[in-house]
Amino acid sequence: MTATYRRRRRVERLMFGATAAATVTTLGVLVFLLGYIAWQGASSLTWSFLTALPAPVGEPGGGMANAIVGSAKLLLAAALVGIPVGFLGGVYLAEYGRGALADWVRYAADVLNGVPSIVIGITVYALVVIPVGHFSTLAGGLALGLMMIPVALRATEEFLRLVPDSLREAALALGAPRWVAIVRVVIPAASRGIATGLLLSLARVAGETAPLLFTALNNRFWSPGWSQPTASLPVMIFTYAIAPYEEWHQQAWAAGLVLLTLVLGTNVAARLLLRGGAIGSA
Amino acid sequence: MAPAPLRRGRHRGDVVFRSLSLGFALSVIAIAGTIAVVLFRQSALARAAFGWRFLWTSSWDPVALRFGALPFIYGTLATTAIAIMIALPLGLGAAICLAELMPRRLADALTFLIELLVAVPSVVYGLVGVFILVPAMRSFETIVQPVLGSVPFFAGPAYGVGLLTASILLAVMIVPFIVAVSREVLLAVPQSQRDAALALGATRWETVRGVVIPYARSGILGSVFLALARALGETMAVTMVIGNRPEVSASLFAPAYTMAAVLANEFTEATDKIYLAALVEIGLVLFVITLGVNAIARVLIARVRRAPGAARP
Amino acid sequence: MRRRRWWLAGLLTVAGLGIAHAATLVNGAGATFPYPLYSKWFDEFHKRNPDLQINYQSIGSGGGIRQTLDGTVDFGATDGPMTDEQMKSASVPILHLPTALGAVVPTFNLAGVEHLRFTPEAIAGVFLGKITQWNDPALVKENPGASLPAAAIVPIHRSDGSGTTYIFTDYLAKVSPEWQKNVGRGTSVAWPVGLGGKGNEGVAGLVKQTPNALGYVELIYAVQNKLPYGDVRNRSGKFVQATLESVTAAAAAAAASMPEDFRISITDPAGADAYPIASFTWLLVPTRIRDAEKGAAIKKFLAWMLADGQQFTAPLNYAPLPASVVTLERQALDKIQAGGA
Repeated sequence: MTATYRRRRRVERLMFGATAAATVTTLGVLVFLLGYIAWQGASSLTWSFLTALPAPVGEPGGGMANAIVGSAKLLLAAALVGIPVGFLGGVYLAEYGRGALADWVRYAADVLNGVPSIVIGITVYALVVIPVGHFSTLAGGLALGLMMIPVALRATEEFLRLVPDSLREAALALGAPRWVAIVRVVIPAASRGIATGLLLSLARVAGETAPLLFTALNNRFWSPGWSQPTASLPVMIFTYAIAPYEEWHQQAWAAGLVLLTLVLGTNVAARLLLRGGAIGSA
Repeated sequence: MAPAPLRRGRHRGDVVFRSLSLGFALSVIAIAGTIAVVLFRQSALARAAFGWRFLWTSSWDPVALRFGALPFIYGTLATTAIAIMIALPLGLGAAICLAELMPRRLADALTFLIELLVAVPSVVYGLVGVFILVPAMRSFETIVQPVLGSVPFFAGPAYGVGLLTASILLAVMIVPFIVAVSREVLLAVPQSQRDAALALGATRWETVRGVVIPYARSGILGSVFLALARALGETMAVTMVIGNRPEVSASLFAPAYTMAAVLANEFTEATDKIYLAALVEIGLVLFVITLGVNAIARVLIARVRRAPGAARP
Repeated sequence: MRRRRWWLAGLLTVAGLGIAHAATLVNGAGATFPYPLYSKWFDEFHKRNPDLQINYQSIGSGGGIRQTLDGTVDFGATDGPMTDEQMKSASVPILHLPTALGAVVPTFNLAGVEHLRFTPEAIAGVFLGKITQWNDPALVKENPGASLPAAAIVPIHRSDGSGTTYIFTDYLAKVSPEWQKNVGRGTSVAWPVGLGGKGNEGVAGLVKQTPNALGYVELIYAVQNKLPYGDVRNRSGKFVQATLESVTAAAAAAAASMPEDFRISITDPAGADAYPIASFTWLLVPTRIRDAEKGAAIKKFLAWMLADGQQFTAPLNYAPLPASVVTLERQALDKIQAGGA
């Protein structure tokens, strides 16, 4: 073993040690983040937090029941916008799209994916809130839905492409029209992967705050119907976190815990579902 | 039993289904186009009034109605650049460890966990930023001040909030991107390349540094650009810790402002038409920058996909 | 088949979530200055009228003015009155209706210092960036007893469009020619120095968390958060603390000369006991409200506010409206038309 070789080995140990440190740091941040939120949030996660409406400013108590329901309604509206466009668009790209047009669609999806969420909020404000005349759950849902589209589209296209052509050919050989082959054979085969993709796109927008600031605003009460402003978890967290009231800080942590659990839970569930295999047999 | 006779020509269901899915696919183009058009048209007043000067003037005066976007462009680019400088070594290092060193199953499990960080909402990062990072930075700045206070980079009072704080928070948010994508890219490097280097007597580190990383370079760069694109649009976490001050300053500790943050703070309140148009123009600038970064990222990542003989099965 | 039934049940539940109960929901947005008071008022009003809900969002006076002009909210709130151009640009004439009186106080975070006196020049100097240290002679002169450290002042202002900012800058423009020339008054100004916080809540939060900070907030925010605030010297030369009495004294002269549209500034008033940085705060109500139920709800609230509502002001450190103003305002309420074309 020459001296140079020993030196090279030393360098190697040093650098690999550094990479291990980087890994530990990254994981450490994750553990710290989750742990701290869990610790802070759990103490304020009372039953009244989950079921009560916000109390007047400066008074103790109150909760975020309306924000939890509001977030659920917003996600539902978002799904109604994002899933059809993303899913059917993805079907087109995977099954029919082989030309310049398909490339343009993919590029547009990438553009949409990259648009900062606040810019989407501005667009929906200009196109929906102003003409309609008020803030609403629907406007907020639309903004979130637009953000879902690229993720849903890409997931659908990729999982459909994974389905082997033999399945398509078999269906066509049996005399099925093309659309029946797609709907009855190809899509079910990829359904698990697509479902997880759609679920992940939903989880991604669940935590978005910026687009809601200009579309759904906020609400101290229950939001009846779909055309009134609504409270939502992310906006409540933001409002309470920057305020000076200590009780609001506690509630912000609790809300953060709820939101985080929902989002991470969905992510974990989706990925575990995928573990079982993205493509099943027809 | 003879099968039903094959029909020639188009089945009606096919036409319907294809048109339906085509329509939805086209709507994506329409949506992206609409956003661009809305941004362009609603900013017309400001573009006419300020022209290109808007991009390098530093005033933001709602009383005198003089607007220039330089502080916001500076804040956005500076926080993003510093965030990348922090996140790239960390992320790449972790990716190397996970791709080259660890046993596959352990690495897969840890990558799974790290990818969870990608899903944490921005406002939750903001929460942690406000209550943990800002006080920590304030203590840090108070310690550093007496020693390094004369250096322009560290000048100014110890606010806690500021450019560096926001950059660190951004770095935390984008590291998982870099780890996840870089790891994929490193695994895609053909095993034959590594074997060749090792056969020539290189240590494993030398293989990584001299062969694997250069091979995967464009993919790693692509991951950086992806992370960049995300950092550019980051709104909530940044506005909670950056100090919200439209001013260009050399100090890392100084409060600053980003394009996304000023939109969040001032958009619903701009009472003058030209004030509103100026804000929309900031949105337009942000949109264009993000477009550019995304385009570069696409090109870089596409180059990696075409590599043959990857290590990953 | 079974799955389809679950789908249907789920869909119906969700649609049910969407069906409104009979309550009338009115949406308002605007100033953070009176937010603690309005929040209490709307809560009390809802308790007395269970089927009327008024949802108020404190997004800042600038937001209140903008959203009222855009028509995206049913009413707005502001402590900086609309300018003549803004009033002309409204599609329907908008009424300024005063609701209460409040004070803007200089609040600070200094270890070991509970009480300070500020001259107008000192405040202007800090926010112009001319006075940068706490132990500046200008501050020490008026506060001989306080142990002012040799530390940099951290000025804190609003990052959003704010009526509180309007009141504060209106005052500074009156007392400091340099401020008037270089910065001016408005709901949003180009601050020479300082950090920005969102809303009165954000400024109070920042002051609370930042040592050596000096910010300006509505009185109740300093009180509720146990932040110390200083006395300010008024035009007569006396250092006055913001209290119900001193704020009422500031409005006394104004009450006599209240213009018909209620837009008046009472900063830097005459009066030996008047607090110099006080202001009315207004609700912005369109004179024509298309939705009959919402219009009726708003008018009912306004009538209640002028009568029983005023008893809630004092406990929250807002001064009630002078009697003459209440009378004038009751007459103005008739201008609001609910329903119809």
